[in-house]
Amino acid sequence: MLTIQNLHAGIEGKKILNGINLEIKPGEVHAIMGPNGSGKSTLASVLAGRSDYEVLEGTVEFLGKDLLGLSPEHRAAEGLFLAFQYPVEIPGLNTVNFIKTAVNELRKYRGEAPLDAVTFLKRMKEKMALVNIEQTLLSRSLNEGFSGGEKKRNEVFQMAMLEPRLAILDETDSGLDIDAIRIVSNGVNKLRKKDNAILVVTHYQRLLDYIVPDYVHVLYNGRIVKSGPKELALELEERGYDFIKNENTVEVA
Amino acid sequence: MNTIAYFKERFDQLQPSDDQGGLDRLREHAFKAFSNMGIPGTKHEEWKYTRVAGLFNKEFQLPADPLTGSISSADLDKFRLPGHALANELVFINGFYSFSLSRIHSPGLDVIALEEAANNGYHDLVTQWLGDSSLYLKDGINALNTAFVHGAVFIHVAKGQHIEHPLYIYHVTDARSVNILSQPRSLMFVNEQAQVQVVENYGTLGTNESFTNQVMEIIVENGARLEYYKIQNDGSNTNQVSTTHIRQIGKSFTHAVTISLNGGLVRNNLNVILDAKNCEAHLYGLYFQSGHSHIDNHTIVDNIKPNCLSNELYKGILNDNATGVFNGKIFVRQLAQKTNAYQSNKNILLSDSSSVNTKPQLEIFADDVKCTHGCTVGRLNEEGLFYLQSRGISEKTARNLLLSAYASDILEQVKPEALRVYVEKLINHRLEKDLS
Repeated sequence: MLTIQNLHAGIEGKKILNGINLEIKPGEVHAIMGPNGSGKSTLASVLAGRSDYEVLEGTVEFLGKDLLGLSPEHRAAEGLFLAFQYPVEIPGLNTVNFIKTAVNELRKYRGEAPLDAVTFLKRMKEKMALVNIEQTLLSRSLNEGFSGGEKKRNEVFQMAMLEPRLAILDETDSGLDIDAIRIVSNGVNKLRKKDNAILVVTHYQRLLDYIVPDYVHVLYNGRIVKSGPKELALELEERGYDFIKNENTVEVA
Repeated sequence: MNTIAYFKERFDQLQPSDDQGGLDRLREHAFKAFSNMGIPGTKHEEWKYTRVAGLFNKEFQLPADPLTGSISSADLDKFRLPGHALANELVFINGFYSFSLSRIHSPGLDVIALEEAANNGYHDLVTQWLGDSSLYLKDGINALNTAFVHGAVFIHVAKGQHIEHPLYIYHVTDARSVNILSQPRSLMFVNEQAQVQVVENYGTLGTNESFTNQVMEIIVENGARLEYYKIQNDGSNTNQVSTTHIRQIGKSFTHAVTISLNGGLVRNNLNVILDAKNCEAHLYGLYFQSGHSHIDNHTIVDNIKPNCLSNELYKGILNDNATGVFNGKIFVRQLAQKTNAYQSNKNILLSDSSSVNTKPQLEIFADDVKCTHGCTVGRLNEEGLFYLQSRGISEKTARNLLLSAYASDILEQVKPEALRVYVEKLINHRLEKDLS
């Protein structure tokens, strides 16, 4: 589904990713872990197409297409979704209208007719129940004045509505208490299917107690320095990132 | 070129009014003031960024009389606002009140020629309040309008009357054969406990240049409520200096919204004089300019008496080579303790060659007051744009959504629903057109 080969990227002349290789297949959940500054969020941003990041080398293939050649909206239309670490507040933009616009733009891209109001509402109600989000929140301006937990739930709700093939969750646990993490994770888990995949980007292992990955990759200095089964996350939790840093000191220096 | 000599010639042609000399004296006085001050150049502090003098390099004709009959009700249709079937309609043609095209039907709402008002029951009100704006606008432009007060109206809202349907005022300029300078003038008195909604709209026929130098003065009495809307969406061949001067002489409420979507050179003066205890005033503005248009909003909130509240929010979007000016003055006089005055001006520049000059100006002479002001000039929120695009929304649609969202808190202030829907449509149409 997603094949990243030798990806090098940076921002404002500063190189952050130094040759990432990663393969994600349908139905899999991958976790990318790593200390602060290792390039986790950069990887998420580059995949989603944030324009201030510059790709220097490498290729990314997504469902048979050259992902890096697509605009952010076309990546979304092809089935990529990024749950933001810091969802943007947009006063004056009604949340439901925003989601409806997004759903119908994706349908247009795929050559499907826009959803009529009744079908849209029905689908919305279903997904609201799935991710445990209230109507009152959705009738407000997009993310405006939402708590941290509400913002993240709104991200998962958008994911539910847009039904992506690959969802990237960028530090979805940051700023959340344990109850909020559980609610958000439950939502994500309900959206897991055979033909879609999830890439969880996180600093801490705790999110992975709820969204259990098939593979864990450790990112350090812009490279994946270690990959393993879910138990790797527990090892990191126990030993901290220092053992990774020590193992890699020679190489980096 | 329209020189002072041209205006002198036209002034001398004016017929004396039949009102025991009141209007004549006012005009005479104003013409002297105009002759002394002339057209303000860019050295005039209040006209620094708005080159109104440049307009007078062109040849405009100042019509001596209304062109009665040259404009039909059908011509008017293209300028009519939604809800016009029920609304009261007051029509000015080339600056002159057109009795035949106007339609005033709500009980308690009285619209009559100013000269007639000055002669009859409203003599004292006219004498007392006509020309009140000149205390604040000391320049030749304001004086020029007053010097030619002719074909003006007096609008009276009777005590205790809640006028059910809004008053739509259309300023139509017929520039089909020559460049036209029109100078509409009105004085409105909103009596005690009365409520009224007023909407001013502007339209030009023809492709010659028009210059509308308009003054409306409104006096708001105790317990009254005034909603005032100005909608400017005329062509790039049209220019305006549009003055709305509101004095609240009793505990009262005003709500003023200025929407400027198009035009050549547009200067708005909005004065709100809080001349009684416990007055409340809300001033909102939205300007969205493109091409080579110029928009200037000069506002004055003058707190004369204690315990007044004013809230002001102006937002702008400037595209292409458009230029903008915001100048917001707040005076708090010595007696005006416990004043609450808030002001904010925000701007988004969509192009490299658009610009805005924004200047808040607070002059506070009382010590127990709360005043805040702020202004911002920036670009469209890039982070928001990426967020929307990452959900599959095209860049163009995302820009439209962000700009509509930005404008929404001003649009919400347009209370009559038909009017709000109309303005929203105008803006969406513009977004479609400008951002394609």
